[in-house]
Amino acid sequence: MGNVLAFCEFSGSTLRTSALANIAFARAAATAHGGEVIALLVGAGAAAAGPAAAKYAPKVITVEDGKLDHYLAETYAPILARLAKEQGATVVTATATSVGKDVMPRVAALLDAGMASDIAKSTGKDTFVRPILAGNAYSTVQVSTPIICVTPRQSEFEAAAELPSAGSVSSAPAGEVNALGAAFDKLDAQKSDRPDLGDAKVVVSGGRGMKSGENFKVLEQLADLLGAAMGASRAATDAGMVPADWQVGQTGKIVAPNLYFAVAISGAIQHLAGMKGSKTIVAINKNKDEPIFQVADYGVVAEWEKAVPELIAEIKKLKASR
Amino acid sequence: MKILVPVKRVPDPTQKAKIKDGHIDLTGASWIVNTFDEYAVETALRLLENGDAATRTAGSEIVVVSIGPDDAAKEIRTTLAMGADRAIHVVANDSEIDALVVVKVLSAIIAAEKPDLVVMGKQAVDGDANQVGQMLAGKLGWPQATFAASIEMKDKTLTVGREVDGGVEYKKVNMPAVVTVDLRIVAPKAVQNGVTPASFSYSGEGARLPSLKGIMAAKKKPLETKKLGDYGAEPKAVIKELSVTLPPPRPPGQIVADIPTLVKKLAEEAKVL
Repeated sequence: MGNVLAFCEFSGSTLRTSALANIAFARAAATAHGGEVIALLVGAGAAAAGPAAAKYAPKVITVEDGKLDHYLAETYAPILARLAKEQGATVVTATATSVGKDVMPRVAALLDAGMASDIAKSTGKDTFVRPILAGNAYSTVQVSTPIICVTPRQSEFEAAAELPSAGSVSSAPAGEVNALGAAFDKLDAQKSDRPDLGDAKVVVSGGRGMKSGENFKVLEQLADLLGAAMGASRAATDAGMVPADWQVGQTGKIVAPNLYFAVAISGAIQHLAGMKGSKTIVAINKNKDEPIFQVADYGVVAEWEKAVPELIAEIKKLKASR
Repeated sequence: MKILVPVKRVPDPTQKAKIKDGHIDLTGASWIVNTFDEYAVETALRLLENGDAATRTAGSEIVVVSIGPDDAAKEIRTTLAMGADRAIHVVANDSEIDALVVVKVLSAIIAAEKPDLVVMGKQAVDGDANQVGQMLAGKLGWPQATFAASIEMKDKTLTVGREVDGGVEYKKVNMPAVVTVDLRIVAPKAVQNGVTPASFSYSGEGARLPSLKGIMAAKKKPLETKKLGDYGAEPKAVIKELSVTLPPPRPPGQIVADIPTLVKKLAEEAKVL
């Protein structure tokens, strides 16, 4: 018997889409452990977002405190660890976002728990399948500690559906908050009207062959036509053509959209690691020998300068015909 | 100032993964210093030198720690050749250790060495777990700055630019602290230590290659060999790999003749438009 404490990120009064993958995993874990899912919301606005979380979890706990307004692993991890113990949790989980990846190992250290990172699925109470070697292999691991910490990979779990009836919401005290000499300074946010790279159904990515940031404009037109998120290879982000947080790959975002366009991307292992879970992959590259064509469902050997404007025109034509 | 850099040796990621008896076959594999850890050594050097004058800050020290089998000594020497000052090699087989064992050993070494800062890679490119830095900071009760893409050092405080979902977050941490580095930490001006002139640019080619002089010097640098038991740790992993499988290959794709054909197939065959 053990409950599952699911740390959920929220934005305003709603849960982030990424949190629904966490709830989906948490439900499976709760069944395996014979307990229930307890969603935990921490930070400014947690109480206001509580009812939204209660649509997905039978029990929601919110923690607010003036010292928790900005996320810090140093202040959040002790709250997760304390509530895990108080709530009889045997599994503590958070989606493998930049926050989840930052905080969860710290929680594990506080609980002497073993951790399974970035899992693709669970195959039992304490066994998990996770990608290793940049997604070139899948490892099944067993974690034999009384409490297990887990970060499920968003793209591998279907978003949880709402419960038939909403759960209960209560608040818990923050306790002593000690940032241990850490402080949030500022966030340089990349503002965009496009969907989040992690959630997008369609992703348009460009690589080194785009040559300049200016040239990405035509890819952005394609993205906006399809309601897609923009992505890039490491070569393009390293060259400063586009923002670093567009990077898709082992060290960037892991995406698995329905449709992924790789334009002027050669297909280095570390890029493939971030996108080969996509349902349909389209590669446009002028060099037919590039490795990207080995993972692409559809390849067009052409220069992007000609192919992308033509693609935009053809899609517009298709849309107009419907 | 003293910086401790934990490093892991990993199989060269450009080798094709093969399976033998349900696990990755490492027979005849070639090994490298984990790329992110190599960047951590580079970061430590940039924090403790005047890059323009090519001189090290007086009294500074970089200690490399690695937990791994006997022959990992070769990769440890590579970090000494880059410019680290000495190394501690805790000998253990990879199957005997997991993140918790590693954290226990590192905590004990840190208690004895008392570094001002721990800099390490954000993850190992074989296991891709991304746990040890955060766990270590949690165990030590130190602040952490993960996924560092830039560091500005001023007195005892670091301002770390962290690549997070949706932008770059700047976080201040007082030392001692644990910093885990991301790829862009080796960008030409990513590390500002107040000693190297702000106008100075490092080459954008990643971590420095050991020079011939560095390789010769590394042979004489101290490399202590230790056992897990020396740090109160047991060779007992609680995270066990049961098996490894290769993902099924993607069904072969098709090269289509032109864009109109592509759009037609995406709409009618793949039904994604």
